[in-house]
Amino acid sequence: MKKVLTGNFTAAYGAVAAKVNVISAYPITPQTTIVEILSEIVADGKLDAEFIKVESEHSALASCIGAQALGARTFTATSAQGLALMHELLHWTARGRLPIVIANVNRAMAPGWSIWADVTDSVSQRDTGWMQMYCENNQEVFDSIIMSYKIGEHRDVLLPTLINLDAFFLSHTSQVVDLYTEKVIDQFLPCYQPAVHLDVKDPRSFGALTSPEYYYEFSYKIQQAMIRAKSVIRDVGKKFGELFDRQYDLVEPYRCDDAEIILVNYGTIAGTAKEAVDVMRDQGISVGSLKIRYFRPFPSEDIEAVLKTANKVGVIDRAVSYGHAGPFFTEIQACMSGTSLPLYGFVAGLGGRDVSLHDIENIVKHMQSRKPEELIWIGIKDD
Amino acid sequence: MTESNKRKIRLTIPEQEILSPGHLACQGCGAALAMRYALKALGPDTITAIPACCWSVIDGPFPYSAAGVPIYHCAFETAASTAGGISYAIKALKKKGITALAWAGDGGTFDIGFQALSGAAERGDNIIYVVYDNEAYMNTGIQRSSATPYGAWTTTTPVKHFKKAPKKNIMEIMVAHHIPYGATANIAYPEDFIKKLQKAKNIEGCKFIHLYAPCPTGWKHPPGITVKIARLATETRIFPIYEVERGVYTINKKVPKPKSVDMYLKMQGRFRHLSSEAIQYIQQQVDANWERLIKLEQAFGS
Ligand SMILES: Cc1ncc(C[n+]2csc(CCOP(=O)(O)OP(=O)(O)O)c2C)c(N)n1
Ligand SMILES: [Mg+2]
Repeated sequence: MKKVLTGNFTAAYGAVAAKVNVISAYPITPQTTIVEILSEIVADGKLDAEFIKVESEHSALASCIGAQALGARTFTATSAQGLALMHELLHWTARGRLPIVIANVNRAMAPGWSIWADVTDSVSQRDTGWMQMYCENNQEVFDSIIMSYKIGEHRDVLLPTLINLDAFFLSHTSQVVDLYTEKVIDQFLPCYQPAVHLDVKDPRSFGALTSPEYYYEFSYKIQQAMIRAKSVIRDVGKKFGELFDRQYDLVEPYRCDDAEIILVNYGTIAGTAKEAVDVMRDQGISVGSLKIRYFRPFPSEDIEAVLKTANKVGVIDRAVSYGHAGPFFTEIQACMSGTSLPLYGFVAGLGGRDVSLHDIENIVKHMQSRKPEELIWIGIKDD
Repeated sequence: MTESNKRKIRLTIPEQEILSPGHLACQGCGAALAMRYALKALGPDTITAIPACCWSVIDGPFPYSAAGVPIYHCAFETAASTAGGISYAIKALKKKGITALAWAGDGGTFDIGFQALSGAAERGDNIIYVVYDNEAYMNTGIQRSSATPYGAWTTTTPVKHFKKAPKKNIMEIMVAHHIPYGATANIAYPEDFIKKLQKAKNIEGCKFIHLYAPCPTGWKHPPGITVKIARLATETRIFPIYEVERGVYTINKKVPKPKSVDMYLKMQGRFRHLSSEAIQYIQQQVDANWERLIKLEQAFGS
């Protein structure tokens, strides 16, 4: 079934399609309508679930943790300040090996108050042990929610996923979304079967005091799970493609095969980049776009395979790690470190500043005429 | 207990031991006794959320657990929200007859976990919340909390600058949330504590129990007199035992002839520095608080 939906409605319908048992969420612009619609759907009995109207994002994730530990499939959604407030619990979730899914509407961090797109909120949660993926359009939001439960709950993984969608560009923009049919989704994603759970018939303690004798190995196991997750993501993406005609991978190259210049990007900038590539190709410029879907686990091998034939690579980040460079740029730099490939780092669109087709053309022009230098801030008003 | 003995003694406390003796509590720990009684009262079909507190150590390090019921160790400030999540999952997955228990210290309840507790109480999350109150952050080495009483020494309220602020009245704050059941209890009165837990178990909604549990390590008293000190707290009216069921107040231990607070204070190193004026002041506060409670019972009793 196809519908015209905003990213937020799509995220809500994704949770419904995944038949989550417990939802716990707190409102924040621009995520609010996700909470509103889900509370209504649950209250109307259209989804057999419990909705906890918590007093904070902190309690939203804490109660998801409790519910998931008992064996429920849980969901929450948040944005910016809300995700930051959850920070401690992000660690609790991943180290607790609970495959919770959060839809995070990427919004800039205050001060000054900004409700517009920026991925600083999510990239600054990098080392919490969560898988992180970034969506280009609303269809990808819906599909990723369903796939993320399947990936996270896989016995080789058992890790939570942060699904990111850009504020307003997706959250409040209506697009056509195929919601498929319930039967096929259920076949793809059956009910949650936890590996272990809180069970009075088999009393165990979870998360107890852990000596250096064990803690180190627990951490190692999370790393191993992240590495294994890469092939699980590929397999699940392929299986999804067989059932729903839309295939997903860790990265998505666009006209990269023979491209001299490749632009690496993520989120909604990917859509603009593809359009810019088409325009520039028509002008005879040899350019391609590489969209990164997953920030964690980071698909180094896949990226290297695409970039190795390029002459120049530019990375467009909608965030900056202050005092260094763009967060994705440094990752690309690390995975291409064995090569002499010229790499250009660009920052664009912080706090919701528009990143236009024209901006992307300028990025390519810049790369054509200059050597890589320090971080370039696209469209900065430097006075 | 042998069968013949059992016939002679009428048991007032459930016989089943769920907590095993190999836990890691200090000698004379009130909180360890507390859990032993609580599990006797609630039985094995109990799932417990424990935030950072002494009990996150007492239960034992991985891979051991003394509790005998499932324990979910959770973030310091999340006892209520984690237990709340468990309770909603019990409902969503239609698992009947399981009690979700939040088990936290005074710091995790009066202070850092208060927002989550207030939220759970207002929503009516179906949990039993027990705060075992040892009147300081004991796990981190005896720092003051908002449950530390006036006059007490802690490592952050040293003798020269002993605590001047009064103890927060958590019961009244919880009662103000219109919870269906709130009660104070004391490890020196196990039958009363057990009865209250069993009552709470059969009430739907957020049930709150404020449990008095001395800490010999932090209060500086010999481990052998934990129960004696706890009983004195009630016999001096310092810690009244009462319950509020749907707004109706009942004082469960009347204390017609209260002992002077002096006796209680003198037994603990944490109060050793107090002048006779300070002790007099404490007595006045205790009397006034008791007076207030009596009035509440007169106004809102059954
Ligand atoms: C967010 C956070 N802040 C601080 C701590 C450190 N901490 C652990 S236990 C504790 C004190 C606990 O006091 P209380 O709740 O009274 O329990 P008790 O130790 O007395 O049993 C503190 C401050 C923590 N674990 N988490
Ligand atoms: Mg304490």
